[in-house]
Amino acid sequence: MALDNKNNMSVGKSHYQDSSFRQLTGRAEYIDDIPLSENTLHGALILSEIPSGMITSIETEKAKKFDPSITVITAKDIPGRNDIAPIFADEPIFAEKEVTYVGQPIGLIVASSMERARAAVNEVKIVYKKDKTPILDLDLAFKKKNFFLKPIHFERGKANEQIRQAPHKLEGSFSMGGQDHFYLETHIALAIPHENSEFTIWSSTQHPTEVQHGVSNVLNIPAAKISSKVRRLGGGFGGKESQSTIYAAIAALGAYILDKPVKLRLNRKDDMASSGKRHDFEVKYSVGFNKKGKIKGLDITLLSNAGNVCDLSAPVMSRALTHLDNCYSFKDFTARGYICKTNTVSNTAFRGFGGPQGMLAIETILERVSRFLEIDLDELRHENYYSLKNGIKTPYGQIVKNIKIEKMINEMETFAGLEKRKLLVEKFNRSQINKNQPYRKGIAFMPAKFGISFNKVSLNQAGALVHVYTDGSVRLNHGGTEMGQGLFIKVAQVVSECFNIPIDYVHISGTNTDEVPNTSATAASSGSDINGMAAWKAATVIKRRMLKHASKVFQKPPSSIEFKNGLILSGNKSMTFKELAFSCWENRISLSSTGFYKTPKISWDQEKFKGSPYFYFTWGAAVSEAIIDIDTGESRILRADIIQDCGSSLNPLIDRGQIEGGFIQGIGWLTCEELYYSPDGKLLTLGPSTYKIPGSRDVPPEFNIKLLENTPNEEKTIFRSKAVGEPPLLLSISHFLALKNAISMASETSNADLLNAPATPSKILAAVHNDHSM
Amino acid sequence: MGEISLKLNGKLETKDVADNTLLIDFIREHVGLTGTHVGCDTSQCGACVIHLDGVSVKACTMLAKQAEGSEIVTIEGLADGDELHPMQQAFHENHGLQCGFCTPGMVMSAVEMVTKNKNISEDEIRKGLEGNICRCTGYHNIVQSVKAGAAKMGG
Repeated sequence: MALDNKNNMSVGKSHYQDSSFRQLTGRAEYIDDIPLSENTLHGALILSEIPSGMITSIETEKAKKFDPSITVITAKDIPGRNDIAPIFADEPIFAEKEVTYVGQPIGLIVASSMERARAAVNEVKIVYKKDKTPILDLDLAFKKKNFFLKPIHFERGKANEQIRQAPHKLEGSFSMGGQDHFYLETHIALAIPHENSEFTIWSSTQHPTEVQHGVSNVLNIPAAKISSKVRRLGGGFGGKESQSTIYAAIAALGAYILDKPVKLRLNRKDDMASSGKRHDFEVKYSVGFNKKGKIKGLDITLLSNAGNVCDLSAPVMSRALTHLDNCYSFKDFTARGYICKTNTVSNTAFRGFGGPQGMLAIETILERVSRFLEIDLDELRHENYYSLKNGIKTPYGQIVKNIKIEKMINEMETFAGLEKRKLLVEKFNRSQINKNQPYRKGIAFMPAKFGISFNKVSLNQAGALVHVYTDGSVRLNHGGTEMGQGLFIKVAQVVSECFNIPIDYVHISGTNTDEVPNTSATAASSGSDINGMAAWKAATVIKRRMLKHASKVFQKPPSSIEFKNGLILSGNKSMTFKELAFSCWENRISLSSTGFYKTPKISWDQEKFKGSPYFYFTWGAAVSEAIIDIDTGESRILRADIIQDCGSSLNPLIDRGQIEGGFIQGIGWLTCEELYYSPDGKLLTLGPSTYKIPGSRDVPPEFNIKLLENTPNEEKTIFRSKAVGEPPLLLSISHFLALKNAISMASETSNADLLNAPATPSKILAAVHNDHSM
Repeated sequence: MGEISLKLNGKLETKDVADNTLLIDFIREHVGLTGTHVGCDTSQCGACVIHLDGVSVKACTMLAKQAEGSEIVTIEGLADGDELHPMQQAFHENHGLQCGFCTPGMVMSAVEMVTKNKNISEDEIRKGLEGNICRCTGYHNIVQSVKAGAAKMGG
């Protein structure tokens, strides 16, 4: 495989999104657009109104009187297991006796239309015996030791001894909020029953295999009879990794009981109330350091809010803990992770998967140390960066190879002119203070290292299925799902490259468990890495057979035959790819193959919290410039400069899109997106009117992006590319640091330590005024 | 129930529907044009934007009855066969979409904005797109697309 992408047929070229044309003309089919048979019924969910308690009765008489045609389905109607948990068996599709959060599904109403089903839901009354002491926040869960699993504790060196002996030490704590995924397409599933207990489940999911398993468990029907499908998602971001399964299983249960197709499309309110989000975290730390900012010892405790069930909270915590080091070498390091169980919605995967929380923790600590010492944060970082001098072993034991920190810093200085702009920001602030004006600017750089691979070794596998037809067209299928990230076009580019045929010879098909079984979620940024490699392997098997046959046809050795732009060349003779495909068929040569890939070199011992869980690291860096209004607490991002390592990019256009979108999603998490709960545990931000994701004017008007140059992946990934889905989100932390920088220059009494995430106007005001009540 | 007639992408559509039928449901469910999407059901996200007598309207918060006799253009009515509208072409070339769910509404809003203001500035574009939210792109390429679309539309 070529080390650079310059002379390639398809790979490395900026092909457009695979169905861009159809998406722009309204012809792209999402699940809500699938034409329905006449007998299709529609569902709406009955959700819990209390955070914790026992269900004493579900009163449906009024609803049935209101609309006699409805069917009410609850836990007692489940023929199989009331559990769809991906890891631990603790996640019912319907609360049976006990409810554990506001918004938990208790039942399904099926009616002839969505409107009728939703209207009937309002007529259902649930009687509860309320638990008087629900656990609604992290502090209480921690105090009561209400945890999932055994707390994780790992150590390297002697952190506490080093902290004691260090010339300086600081202790503190801070918190960061969760985040709703706010995919534009809400959760949706369409379940269709067929003969012989077969079911087709269309589900907007990142994980069709898990949907298949969930439905199989709930209906007590073998997985082989369940066909789980999705052509595209209207956004996922982790929110449809495990969370889709519950809705798919509920729709399937309705279809099973009524023997008719059932569609369940959640409205935004029910989606936000019932489905999991990014974990909110609390951080407690103590750190010892010298006067130059060299960290001598670090002791960090992370609390994550798992919500009511464990779901993916264990691997999320593992990723948070393994990203506490970011780009820094800590030799004396202790970390603890507590996965707290609360009576709130189960938190789940969200782009970054704990990585952003871990990285925000360490960056905030270093920022605080730099202000304490009154030294530049970037100078402090230099004392601590991974390097041969400082050390290259992570606290969890993986060696950090091919470090690109210096390269990024050098490229960034030319790209963003950081040092000069720091002075301009200070000048601006002095002038604002002198003129008694309310604006303050802040600027910050940050580097990011992100580990690529699922933390759980077994998940790092992928399959593909490639067929070549006798007309020379190629059908591509693999286990990855397309949710806008451009996976389908990237993998098609790989196949086009393998056969050296134009990209439009390759037909991209939707994901389904019939063609490629036992897949992993499209998650952990791994989509193109693992599915691309599986597709390459499948195509290579077919190509070898075709080449062998071409060698017979041309009567030349295979080494003298070349596949070139849809032609097969041998000396001065040639044939088309189509002619060769047809000739293979005539000569009874198989033109179909599966491909399978498993990520090499990775190992992990969760018990000892030790190993090399990541195949490689991606590197990135950003500079953000922020402005705040110290009278109102409002803030803006003025400019962002990003350099991201994509290895040898498979598709620079698509990768840049991921960087732009990921960064802005992170800005939302850290500034305007606040999940607000009532004192009795009810999420009050249930729609875009109260939950604010970034809009067109909340993004930096100056937004400069560049892919790190000449950095093919040193590991043998598909065409030496690197994953890009999650890493850019972490770079948004630079904006949070820029806001802290602005607050630190707001006045003599301002206190940037007080800023917790998200940096809403009220939190910024509190920090500006050193108000500890927030 | 009552009969509602309106012109949809140049074609007269007459359907007998319940009085409280939303315009979005008339278009999606009764006529079967599913290019216009529902994102939030509450008039915030803009995935359902269509043109009603040349004006951008959120079809999720308007009754079909209110559109009686109107001329409606949806995303399906923008292209001329396989020839994309200049704004669609600009979104295509500038990678102004990812998951594509907000895209129909984005494009419809953009077309109206530029039709009314041929020399639209970047600031005006950003302001004009405030009623359409996108979770994937970070808006950068959407703004670039609208700029390029405006140029193609003869701005």
